[in-house]
Amino acid sequence: MNITINGKATTIAENPGRTIDSLLEELDVSQRLYVTVELNGDILDRPAYESTPVNEGDVIEFLYFMGGGC
Amino acid sequence: MLTESQIERYSRHIILKEVGGKGQQKLFDGRVLIIGAGGLGAPIALYLAAAGVGTIGIADADDVDLSNLQRQVIHFTQDIGKPKVESAREKMESINPDVKVVTYKEWISAANIADIIAGYDFIIDGTDNFAAKFLINDACVLAGKPYSHGGILQFDGQTITIKPNESACYRCIFPEPPPREAIPTCSQAGVIGVLPGVLGTIQATEAIKYLLGKGDLLTNRLLTYSALRMKFREIPLKRNSSCPVCGDNPTITEIKDELDALTVCDLNNK
Repeated sequence: MNITINGKATTIAENPGRTIDSLLEELDVSQRLYVTVELNGDILDRPAYESTPVNEGDVIEFLYFMGGGC
Repeated sequence: MLTESQIERYSRHIILKEVGGKGQQKLFDGRVLIIGAGGLGAPIALYLAAAGVGTIGIADADDVDLSNLQRQVIHFTQDIGKPKVESAREKMESINPDVKVVTYKEWISAANIADIIAGYDFIIDGTDNFAAKFLINDACVLAGKPYSHGGILQFDGQTITIKPNESACYRCIFPEPPPREAIPTCSQAGVIGVLPGVLGTIQATEAIKYLLGKGDLLTNRLLTYSALRMKFREIPLKRNSSCPVCGDNPTITEIKDELDALTVCDLNNK
């Protein structure tokens, strides 16, 4: 399956049961519990991560908290 | 009216067709508030003063510490122990005696932020903690004040400009702050000293463009910067209809402190 993650074309194994939540775990995304996911241009509500499937061609951005300024 | 020496001081601005004498006057008439006189605040304050932004507010309750000097280029070794806002004011007035610097030696909170931001055209978030970042977002969105968000950590930074109710706000991206201690701070995880120079200068650029009314602001796109990879990326965003402060059914209708997120980077050092 081909998707785009943070601007990079990425091939991942076919897995019809894959959700955004399981993708975060599969890729061991940092800040996994807090990261914001933008799917095809829309910010996903966190409760939807577990029910949203990952589809061929999806464009996914992980948006991370960055709290410094000091 | 610009004096002869001002015309000379700002000559490299004035010859730009996007600025000119009229634009320089707009900068003079402009009022920008910088919240945080640390890593991000340092280059922001220096460049806005040099540019001739007429009134610059700067808010920070902290004193200059030896560990600040690796990146907070507005503070010098002899300033250690001095209030950061005083140290900043001295350098800003020294660069440009034309500008009026207003200092706020206090932490911003739900109790004081509305009054502080009220007198400014554009706000810049140069704070180092999520409580302040969410508070600034909510206060600016509720007051309709445009502002620049900036965040840095280690070798990475991000920034976005928010025009309330026109473009995506910080809560459109991050509805709630992360739990306390969930995300490391600069004092815990480190920050390369040049990083706030890059991000802060971009934030200052946004304030100047806003005052001039020229160019395209960094709205509806999050600019991320990796110093290690030397890469900038832009992530297109749009307003989130379920945003708790600017969405269709907002749950945040008044300013309140995010108590769970209250951690101040520099306080951890003390």
